[in-house]
Amino acid sequence: MITNAGGINPTAAAHAAIDTARKLGVSGITIATVVGDDVHTRLGALHSEAGQPFAHLDTGEPFDAFPGPPLFASAYLGARPIVDALAQGADIVITGRVADASLFLAPLVHEHGWDWDDWDRLAAGILVGHLLECSGQSIGGNYSGDWWALPHPWDLPYPIASVDADGTAVISKPRGSGGRVSTDTLRHQLLYEVHDPARYLSPDVVADFTSARFVDLADDRVRISEVRGTPATETYKLLLSAHAGWAGEARVAFSWPDAYEKAKATAAIFRKRVELADLEVDEWLVEYWGVDALGGPTVPRSASEPPECTLRIAWRCADQRTAGLVGRELVPLTLSAPPAGMTGAGRGAGTSATELLSIWPTLIEKSVVDAEVRVVLEEVD
Amino acid sequence: MARLALRELCGYRAGDKGDVANVALFASDDETYALIVREVTAARVKEHFGAMVRGRVDRYEAANVRALNFVMQGALGGGGPRSLRADSLGKTLGGALVRLEIDVPESLAGRRRPRPDVSWADEILDA
Repeated sequence: MITNAGGINPTAAAHAAIDTARKLGVSGITIATVVGDDVHTRLGALHSEAGQPFAHLDTGEPFDAFPGPPLFASAYLGARPIVDALAQGADIVITGRVADASLFLAPLVHEHGWDWDDWDRLAAGILVGHLLECSGQSIGGNYSGDWWALPHPWDLPYPIASVDADGTAVISKPRGSGGRVSTDTLRHQLLYEVHDPARYLSPDVVADFTSARFVDLADDRVRISEVRGTPATETYKLLLSAHAGWAGEARVAFSWPDAYEKAKATAAIFRKRVELADLEVDEWLVEYWGVDALGGPTVPRSASEPPECTLRIAWRCADQRTAGLVGRELVPLTLSAPPAGMTGAGRGAGTSATELLSIWPTLIEKSVVDAEVRVVLEEVD
Repeated sequence: MARLALRELCGYRAGDKGDVANVALFASDDETYALIVREVTAARVKEHFGAMVRGRVDRYEAANVRALNFVMQGALGGGGPRSLRADSLGKTLGGALVRLEIDVPESLAGRRRPRPDVSWADEILDA
């Protein structure tokens, strides 16, 4: 079992796994922990002494513009430390931040003995990993085709990949399970969360997803071959994060007639009350569900009025207490606002404020991270 | 020529990375793929999303699976853990893209994607 479920504390996760194994009476297994993805404490030195620029990967902003003290800093490691752990006899490997697709490449490298510069095979393994990393999404989950016609969708399993030593793979699923394996279901996942599909940047290889050949076989099986790869880059992706304030939100429903106008007026009255209460809000967001909340400007203006409309209004404040107080200004409007027809938010209303995080994706030289990556083995006896 | 929304012709899936959203568009045959390569440019997609996408839109082609991939910067109100949007991960942006209408030759206009049949859901819900 290989998992990056250690999150930002893989050592604690491994201890929990060891305790659980002991409680269950399991013995004779080796649990490996991969550490070193977390560079939080080294961040300042890596920037000022080791010359890591840490510019924002998407916007190019310099690290000087980073919004506040970093809460975490995790590099996306690749398959190598997991392969090291497997070579040392690990039965369970628990890691912190490792690129999801690399979790699936690791056992292929271990079993087939692929070299770390065998780019085409590594690319094949990464492509397979990408198809498997989001569980049901490759076999009918979030599928835009004839999703209503998938066999027993209440029993959608995880996909299975059988990968030969030459990198050719067959994707399938458990016999008798729900969902579907086809080139169409798989291509939905192939491009999921991908930017340039000809240059899918993984820590282990740059994979060309546009080179892959998909062939539908019988019985929910698809063969994938001819995947090409080029050398991995010298950097890992590094994810930094900072606190970004507190958010609250409320939802209230309005019925016909004039549902949208009532929702809009209520949003305005609520905002005015918050202003009069001297509560400082840094950002507002108003959505009209049933009108254009999800589609925004892509939704054409309709001549007919909606039968009902839910107002969702969200706000961001600097502190948790203020974010909570803002929500209270909505409560009296149930009885005291001009637009009649507002329903309460129902059971479960009054959720507390949520902390927001801004994220800062960047790059870090592999060598400075790898110097601290370690595999810790513990035997449960 | 007929004017059709992309939902009649293509499959779709959206994903996120930080404040960047991607939407993939899938054609079911070579003729439809050639049509969307010609008609669904990055500039049209940028215009379609209007104020929803603050930054640049880039388009990538994956001819092996007859797909176009649109990568949209500044599309998620700051990114998942920062955004105030209900759809902070942009999961619905695929549906928003296939609202886009394009000119379709008569030879393809008849190949409209079927509408859902969820009669099996009635059987469960009415039990």
